[in-house]
Parts: sequence; C-alpha cells; structure tokens
Amino acid sequence: MKKTIAITILILLAASSVLWAEEPDPTVFTNKEAIDLVQTHANYLWTLVAAALVFFMQAGFAMVEAGFTRAKNAINIMMKNLMDFSIGSLAFWAIGFGLMFGVSKSGWLGTSGFFLSDFSLDGDPWVLAFWMFQVVFAATAATIVSGAMAERTKFSGYILYSIVISAIIYPIFGGWAWGSLFNGSGWLEGLGFIDFAGSTVVHSVGGWAALAGAIVLGPRLGKFGKDGSVRPILGHNLPLAALGVFILWLGWFGFNPGSTTTADTSIAMIFVNTNLAAAAGAVAAMIVSWVKFGKPEVGMSLNGALAGLVGITAGCANVTPGSAIIIGLVAGVLVFLSVLFFDKIKVDDPVGAVSVHGVNGAWGTLAAGLFDIGGFSLSTIGVQLVGIVACFIWTFGMAFIMFKIISGTIGLRVSPEEELEGLDSAEHGGIAYPDFGVSTHD
Amino acid sequence: MKKIEAIIKPFKLDDVKDALNALGINGMTVTEVKGFGRQRGHKEIYRGAEYQTDFLPKIKLDVVVDAAIVDKVVDTISEKANTGKIGDGKIFVLPLEQAIRIRTGERGIDAI
Repeated sequence: MKKTIAITILILLAASSVLWAEEPDPTVFTNKEAIDLVQTHANYLWTLVAAALVFFMQAGFAMVEAGFTRAKNAINIMMKNLMDFSIGSLAFWAIGFGLMFGVSKSGWLGTSGFFLSDFSLDGDPWVLAFWMFQVVFAATAATIVSGAMAERTKFSGYILYSIVISAIIYPIFGGWAWGSLFNGSGWLEGLGFIDFAGSTVVHSVGGWAALAGAIVLGPRLGKFGKDGSVRPILGHNLPLAALGVFILWLGWFGFNPGSTTTADTSIAMIFVNTNLAAAAGAVAAMIVSWVKFGKPEVGMSLNGALAGLVGITAGCANVTPGSAIIIGLVAGVLVFLSVLFFDKIKVDDPVGAVSVHGVNGAWGTLAAGLFDIGGFSLSTIGVQLVGIVACFIWTFGMAFIMFKIISGTIGLRVSPEEELEGLDSAEHGGIAYPDFGVSTHD
Repeated sequence: MKKIEAIIKPFKLDDVKDALNALGINGMTVTEVKGFGRQRGHKEIYRGAEYQTDFLPKIKLDVVVDAAIVDKVVDTISEKANTGKIGDGKIFVLPLEQAIRIRTGERGIDAI
C-alpha cells in the first residue's frame, strides 16, 4: 500500500515537472490580467475604507456643533446631523448623483444615473463603490450648514433644506467640476479647474449655503447687544468640540487621500500635505489669538486646524509639503480674521462654519493654483478664480432663495419662546442631560 | 448655638474641612454656589470675543457650632481660606434658634 502511494506521488511529480518545463516563467505581462485584478480590488478597498473615514466626519461635525452651542439644543443638533445624512443619502441616491455624474452634453447638468440606475446585477459594481464615496462627500457639504444655523432653526425647515442641497444645489455645482470622474463632463473642469478633493466643490458650497442660512435666519437672541456689542454665547462642552475636531482631522485622511479612488503611491504625499496643513492652521490660529487676546484661545485654535484642512483640500495632490504648511498657516490667520469679521457685520455663525469652509474653501482653491507643482501660471489662477466666483454665485444665490422660500412657507425659525426654552424641549420633547443641574445661561 | 456660613474659593475646601475636623467639628454642609462681590468677576475670551463673567463659582460651607467656639472656628476658616487675593470670600455668623437630630429627636447642642 505504502509503495503504491509513493509510486503515485513520484509519477505525479514527474508529470508536473514536465508540465512546468513546458511553460515559460511568468512575467508581469503574462500575468497582467491577475495583476490588474489585484489593483482593481485594492482600488475598491481603499475607496470604501476612505468612504468610511469620511462618513465618520459626520460624528465630527455633530460633536463640534454640539460642543460650541448650549446644552438646551444638543438633541436638536444630533437630530439635524443624523437627518441631513440620512435624508441627504436618499436624495443623493434619487436625484443628486444623476445630476452630478450623469451623462451631460452641455457640461451644466447630468441627465442619467438617477436612482442608481447605472447599477445592474451583472454589471460593473464600481458604480456602487464610487456612489458610496460620493454620497459621504455630498453629506459633508450638507452638514456644514447645520453649525451656522444652530440653536434657532425650525427642524422641519432644516429637513427641507437637507433635501434641496443634497438633491440639487451640491450636485449641480459638483458636476461642473467633477462630472467626468464618472459619466459626466463639467464646463468648469473643461477649463482646467483644479479642486482635487473639494475645497470649493464641498467646503465652499457648504460654507456659502451656511452664510445664506445664517443671514436669512438672523442672529440668535442675545448674540448682539442693543449697542451693537458682540455678546459671546458660550458653548457647553469644549472637550466635545475638540473631540469633534480630532474626528474631522482623522476623517480628512479619507477625504483627501481617498479622492484618488485608486490605491497607489500618490496617497502618501496627499496624507502628509493634509496633516501638515492642519497642524500649521492650528498653530497659526493659536498664535494670532495669543497675540491679540493675551491667551491662546481654544475655539480659534480648533477652527484653525479645520481651516488648514479645508485649505489643503483642493491642492493636496498638486502642491509640495512645504507649500501645504504655507497654505495651512494662511488658513489659520484667515479663519481668525474671518470669524471677527462676521461677528462685526452681525452674521451669527455659532461654530464658524462660514469662515472655516466658505472662506478657506475659496483660499484653498486659489492656493491650489498659486502653489501648483506644475508651475505658476496666470491662466490657471484665472480659472481658479472663475471657479471660486461661480461657486459663490450659484450656491449663495440658490441657497438664499431656498431659505427665503422656506422662511415664507413652512417657516425657518422657531418662535422666540421656543428659542429661549431650547429646541430640545420645544422641537423634540426631551432634554439631553436630565441628570445635570439647572443652567442659568440665557 | 451659631450658624457659620462661609463663602470660599472651591479649591480651599479641603484645607478648611481638615482644619475644622481638627477642631473637633463633626459635621458640615457644602453647596456649590456662584456669586460676586467687590471683585466683580473677570474677563474671559470665547472664540475671539471678550466677555465679563460676573458670577464666579464658589463653595458655601454651612457649619453649626457652640457659641463658645465661634471665634475659633471663624479664625480657622479665615486663616485656611486666605490666599491674599481678591475673591477669597466672606464669613457670616448667624444666631441659631434650634437644631434637631432627625433620627433620635435630640435637640440643641446635643444634636450638632
């Protein structure tokens, strides 16, 4: 018996060695198909891991907003952040994705791919990975606005806003700049517009819509004194706000390097640029606040980190790490000046969303042209400026009209009584911290 | 019997409590309070805007003692709660009509 097995094995070995001898050694070219498949799988994996990181930014936004506002509105803020993602996902599935990435003859509007119709069971599943990565971006733009409208917005009005930005305002602009990433083709990208991960497409869109919302709403009761003085309304949990900023920073490691949607070596520099710009933004904002107020102020420093992140988002793949630091430093100073400016003109933005995302989105888009590794050219700067201005006109204009319509129909702002009582109780029938003491902050 | 109400800086509570225990005082009640005196709060900064904090956090310590040791207790609290800076707080001494230990029904000095 043993003998038989040994003989069989010997015969098999001999046969296989003969087979091996007849086949040439494998090379990169003979194995191209297998290698391409591994690369494809890596691309899926990286894109979806990055999508998960970007999704986690929703938690970051929720914590930043809750931390910078009062305890009596914490439930409302959680509900807004939960719903702008949930409702926004459905709106982007039904309408937004098609407008952004559908076939577009004019370069202004996508016309196919609604309800994820590009997916079929026997078709290429890449559309699913790509959709997942894009929906978390759409939701980022949508949730930016929440912070600027905190503590006074009527919940039903906010839901309506979430649908409109995710279905229409964000996707249409996004298609102009990014449509060709899938089936579309945008007029702005046709000009050579650089916005790798969305300083303009995501952050400025969110920031300018936030500005429109804050203006239409008006300031929170008690924010500005009758004499025109600025009266800070203290956030109820700064450690929570700081946790939110750290979460956002982490999420950005998916936001920027994930925008390759390709698992290749280019993600290393994008990672480093993202980190350096955030660090430089935080340091710059801390120094400016220290010089101006005599103390290194935490709220400004946290906003500085976010400003650096927004600033590097457009140029993260086409500037050097040294340039990323300069971009971050400028962003940190800009966000400081911008927060003071909006206070001065009586626009009440509780978390600094307009300054962080709107203003620094514009700066980052300009900086992607100024510090382009490919060399400085006035025509590139010109195209970047066209993109910045187009984004402001489209987004601010559309959002302003939308908020005015909501305001005039179902209502955008709660009553003064509800605002004083807190939206948690008035809008949601609950309190966030029932075991904590009574707060006497107005 | 006298009731002594002392408003002190929160971080001085442990020193004051230990010193009172050393005097043989067996009980006290502590409340977290907010207030201001001549010091009128102070300036703080929030997201780039300065503001005035009027009501500063303090600790209110209530202790009931035999009238005979009031001065000693007051001196101990003043000594232990003193930092020499504004905002050290105040001590009030009030006459007390009656004290009752709920469990036993003891009254007066026996109840404290």
